[in-house]
Amino acid sequence: MFEVPSLSDLNIAATLPVMSLVLGTCILLLADLFVPQERKQLTAWLAVAGLGVSLALSLLSLGDVTRFGDGDEAFAGMFVADTFTDAVNVIALVTALLGVMVAYNYLERTGTQRGEYYVLLLFTTAGVMFMGAAGDLVVVFVALELLSIPLYILSGFRRPQEASEESAMKYFLLGAFASGFLVYGIALIYGATGTTGLHDIWIAVDDIVAGDATSQYLLLIGAGLMLVGLGFKVAAVPFHMWTPDVYQGAPTSVVAYMSVAAKVGGFAALLRVLAAGMPHFVLDAGAPAAWQDTVWLVAVLTMLLGNLVAIVQNDLKRLLAYSSIAHAGYVLLAVAAAGSAGLADESAQAVVIYMMAYAFTNVGAFSVVIAVEKDDASNTGVTSMRGLARSQPWLAAAMALFMLSLTGIPLTAGFVGKWFVFKAAISADLFFAVVVGAVTSLISAYYYLRIVWYMYFEEGDGEAVIPWPLAAAISIAAVGTLFLGVMPYLLTDMAREITLAFGG
Amino acid sequence: MVPLWMYLVVAAALFSTGLYGVLARRNAIAILMSIELMLNAVNINLVAFWRYQKPGDVSGQVFAAFVFVVAAAEAAVGLALIIAIYRRRQSVIAEDMNLMKW
Amino acid sequence: MLSDYAPAAALLILAVGMSFVILFMSRLLGPYRPTARKLAPYESGMQPYGPAIRRIPVKFYRVAVLFILFDIEIIFFLPWAVIFRDLGVYGLVVMGMFFFILAVGFLYEWKVGGLEWE
Repeated sequence: MFEVPSLSDLNIAATLPVMSLVLGTCILLLADLFVPQERKQLTAWLAVAGLGVSLALSLLSLGDVTRFGDGDEAFAGMFVADTFTDAVNVIALVTALLGVMVAYNYLERTGTQRGEYYVLLLFTTAGVMFMGAAGDLVVVFVALELLSIPLYILSGFRRPQEASEESAMKYFLLGAFASGFLVYGIALIYGATGTTGLHDIWIAVDDIVAGDATSQYLLLIGAGLMLVGLGFKVAAVPFHMWTPDVYQGAPTSVVAYMSVAAKVGGFAALLRVLAAGMPHFVLDAGAPAAWQDTVWLVAVLTMLLGNLVAIVQNDLKRLLAYSSIAHAGYVLLAVAAAGSAGLADESAQAVVIYMMAYAFTNVGAFSVVIAVEKDDASNTGVTSMRGLARSQPWLAAAMALFMLSLTGIPLTAGFVGKWFVFKAAISADLFFAVVVGAVTSLISAYYYLRIVWYMYFEEGDGEAVIPWPLAAAISIAAVGTLFLGVMPYLLTDMAREITLAFGG
Repeated sequence: MVPLWMYLVVAAALFSTGLYGVLARRNAIAILMSIELMLNAVNINLVAFWRYQKPGDVSGQVFAAFVFVVAAAEAAVGLALIIAIYRRRQSVIAEDMNLMKW
Repeated sequence: MLSDYAPAAALLILAVGMSFVILFMSRLLGPYRPTARKLAPYESGMQPYGPAIRRIPVKFYRVAVLFILFDIEIIFFLPWAVIFRDLGVYGLVVMGMFFFILAVGFLYEWKVGGLEWE
């Protein structure tokens, strides 16, 4: 027979931040049924409360005030609760809080105020958190689906509108297609290593490298297929085709949230699988990991295509979609760096810093789009920014800040993120990719600053609706962007503590 | 006994059939069915690897169970989306969804 | 090894053979007076006319999907049911978590009216 695990092996306390969110979401799902239709704001407040509790617990854990549970494994190794988990939790929860705030009035004025919106948003957040904590390929898969399925529904949330339904459909079909690749990859990795636990894979890889070629091929193909599946989630070229359509058609409040959350989850899982699971997967002794070349090549393609195609976009949501593709490329650069020996932790830190900066900046940028968008989802063209500086000076200033941060100008959060990503990539000797990154950043200045130009130097009515929760979200995002840019050490000192529980 | 590679070839063929279906079919429901084929190919792989590599450790079988539970959840959401679209447009052809350019 | 299946094979042959014998016996010995009504697919039922593919109410879809979802979730109970005595409190706690989430889903489905036909 087998050995029956004991309750202390479960170590549930270590999963407290995400478990409290799951429990809170379940309660919210039932509580929402008793909230009358005209008072759905109450559901939003309850969602904020649930997210707040979880965020407080994550911050306590990240700030080393208390570590929950003992050791960094829970559920017999399925769940990893290290500092990287805490960092992913914080980013996911901050994004979700901003996501609830921007949705608060947007749903109301577009006539889609339903309590399920917040419930689905919270479930997605739990999915992101589980992906960051994955200690087993089963968890990677189930968490990916927990992240994706609510997002499919949220994309189609603006139901009578055809564009929203269509974007949900495209997202669903391509998303399910990609998860097929992901599980096929997992099956091959399982075949090569005989286990689905990432810690066991980490150990098994050493034998495979020394052993026969068949297992090496299986592992190589498996890792490649997983890269396809996760690359789809983070919108990396050539798996990016869905991004502009989905971002354009889905409700803007959903896009603001998912453009960040899906990426955080995807990159967290990529790091867990590649950097923690198979950093020792080298084909020639002394070389970097076998997957490094592929990842940086994908990163280069992603940066090039995202930035170049964004130039010709005339719809703000499509433009920001291509910009989000481009940013996926920069983060992939940090993931690629993890393939060099001893750089796993440094690249995990770079990813965390970049995603934190990106969370504030990108949610902020989409919030401004929400402010100018009309109730029938029109007026999201680049020209809708005309004259905004005159009619809404603060909104225009915030948008300008977000655009500068997305470009990566110093004294904004975006610069700090890019700095650490490039630094990690240089440590890994990925010079060509870094040069491409720097050049494409320059190119990106053109289309980001074009928006600033429209706001400040062209005439227009510059209409915008800014209810207070949206104003609060934009303010938080702007303060966060500026704060991380001017005083980056507040974040980077904390990030320096971030390590993966194993790997490297 | 049937060697492992035969199972892998069957699974790979099934996966490729599904892949072809996703790329070539125009009907959204047929695409969804093709995706289910791909997931079932994965299940064959998982169970074959479990049987031949590590019959003592059931993680391959457990994973197969997870795959089809998740596939059912995905199909439920996907079919609901397809029905919602069909009721408005009387069409489930993927190419008809061209409100936004691909 | 293969001879273990001999009784099953014998039964198979017997069953197939028996059904053929009965079919032919009734045809040979019984009276046979066919009429149009007797030859209809459903002898005293409705005439199966019209196109085979018709739109059916979406309510059926809803019931079917809700059934499939909860039906498939049951698979996680099966391994637990086999060895739940050995797993003891540990198994109870873990399955309790799973059951809690399932119950929340069921309560939501119930309250939101997913189980009502009209």
